Amino acid sequence: MTAVLTPPTPARTSGRRPGTKAGRAGPVAYTLLVLAGLLSVFPLYWSLVAGSHTNAEIAATPPPFLPNATFFENVSAAMDQAPLGLAIVNSVVVAGSITVGTVLFCTLAGFAFAKLRFRGSGGLLALVVGTMMVPTQLAVIPLFMMIAELKWVDSLQAVVLPTLVSAFGVFFMRQYLVTALPDELLEAGRVDGASTHRIFFSIVVPVARPAMAVLAMLTFLTAWNEFFWPIIALTAANPTVQVAIANLGSGYVPQRAVIMAGTLLGTLPVLLVFALLGKQIVGGIMAGAVKG
Amino acid sequence: MTLADDSPRTVTAPAVPVPPDPTPPPVPRRRGPSLSRNRWGYAYVAPFFVVFGAFSLFPFLFTAWVSLHDARLSDIGGGTFVGLDNYAALLTNDFFWNALRNTITIGVLSTVPQLCLALGLAHLLHYKLRGRTFFRTLMLVPYATSIAAATLVFATLFGRDYGIINTALEAVGLDRIDWESGTLSSQVAIAVIVTWRWTGYNALIYLAAMQSIPGELYEAAEMDGASKWRQFLHVTIPSLRPTILFTVVVSTIGAVQLFGEPLLFGGNGATTGGARNQYQTLGLLMYQQGWTNFNIGQAATTAWAMFLIILAVVGSAALVGRYRARREGARR
Repeated sequence: MTAVLTPPTPARTSGRRPGTKAGRAGPVAYTLLVLAGLLSVFPLYWSLVAGSHTNAEIAATPPPFLPNATFFENVSAAMDQAPLGLAIVNSVVVAGSITVGTVLFCTLAGFAFAKLRFRGSGGLLALVVGTMMVPTQLAVIPLFMMIAELKWVDSLQAVVLPTLVSAFGVFFMRQYLVTALPDELLEAGRVDGASTHRIFFSIVVPVARPAMAVLAMLTFLTAWNEFFWPIIALTAANPTVQVAIANLGSGYVPQRAVIMAGTLLGTLPVLLVFALLGKQIVGGIMAGAVKG
Repeated sequence: MTLADDSPRTVTAPAVPVPPDPTPPPVPRRRGPSLSRNRWGYAYVAPFFVVFGAFSLFPFLFTAWVSLHDARLSDIGGGTFVGLDNYAALLTNDFFWNALRNTITIGVLSTVPQLCLALGLAHLLHYKLRGRTFFRTLMLVPYATSIAAATLVFATLFGRDYGIINTALEAVGLDRIDWESGTLSSQVAIAVIVTWRWTGYNALIYLAAMQSIPGELYEAAEMDGASKWRQFLHVTIPSLRPTILFTVVVSTIGAVQLFGEPLLFGGNGATTGGARNQYQTLGLLMYQQGWTNFNIGQAATTAWAMFLIILAVVGSAALVGRYRARREGARR
């Protein structure tokens, strides 16, 4: 695949598009968009409603459409059944470490690929790009053998370490720095006698900061929601949020209201991040959008 | 909140908020002599390659080695070498063919509507809108919701006795559907979950690509008297073709690995994918072989089968892309 990331520059947004192309949205467009928006949030809203009612109440015709205070009782019932508090702390630690590691290592490597010339850099970059498409999910069997050997099953490093870097992140940072970091700036630093490390921390990082922020948000979101590997590497005793709510939903006596309350509680932190940084996340996804 | 941002009167395309353009006006680019040969390059890429090699590349390749062994989860690192026996067993395994069929059906049922809806949604979002940032953020809410959370909520919505979807069906005079136990109905329900989670994300990818289509193309089409619909068909779609191809590949790779949705949809954590394996996917089969039946040799074989399928998809997409490019080239 020739997936080429455009470096996130606002060049596209500079309005060279004349107004004839995309007209003002009419009532039909607004209606459809509102409908799509409702469909986007309805399942989460419904988890709030279903989390406030018993099975029988939910099945009534017409069904209830408003949440009530029973929701909080169900939240505490969910926390009794699954260690959701511990899970949220674990997820913050895991997603936080993965985000810090990914942003740091990918910025280092992205800078090297963008601006340092060293033998074999072309081949190594091709390896990075080539492996972006390889699903690491298929590596779980030997990975499990490794962590079992290291006695890491059920410990957080088992889910942090394998996800600590991302090929996408390296490529993303490289594409950004190629255009965003002028060679003259690096040369000026070199003329002043700065070492490569000094140049990295006092010249490269400030320039790279916007792209690092985008990468951080996307990485955190992905790490928080990661499911496949944590469900293998962790148990109900020391879970991340996803493992905890999966266990909650797999009980033999399904108490819908409790499951829904717990699920919403586990989703709340990302929804909060989203409410605060939604605009930046949208921008990041669109900036990183792939043009073949 | 993000509602504040709307400037309906600006003609400019929506501003991608981050990052600002740090590129100075074009300066002749010279390669710095002092940085041009820099052994530090290896040190800078080393952390990435060490972690990547140890936890991604090596295990990925080692999966092939494991697949040549009769190995149990208990005798980790050991097992007996059996050559291609696991592969032969896989090809005669009815569960494998069933899972492959289910994976393809669910993949088609989720990828096709998802990308079509995303294209339409991107078209709507491309209009000059009041509250466009609000709408875009709203469309991404499903993407921010985890697989586990989305599946549990949808399992409630699709519930046989208490699900609101059945309540609604009954209200309009239709029969209740036992979504989970039917083959097609359970696969449709799972495809709905996937579609819900990814439509908005793909719409934003398409939107970004739409914004880079030069306006002159539309002006020319307008002058030729092309209707809005024809402009969409003959200007927008062809310009988006590389992006569409890319999203098809990414969604297909995701579909081949589908795991969390079928694991949690039944509500009892069973790895069978329903009482009759009616929605067991390849990802779920692999998990069942490895972590329920403890037969990791067989699981590794299924993993490699999945990899080969993905390789075939990516390979054919690359061929299509190249063929298109050549044809376009010949036309000019």
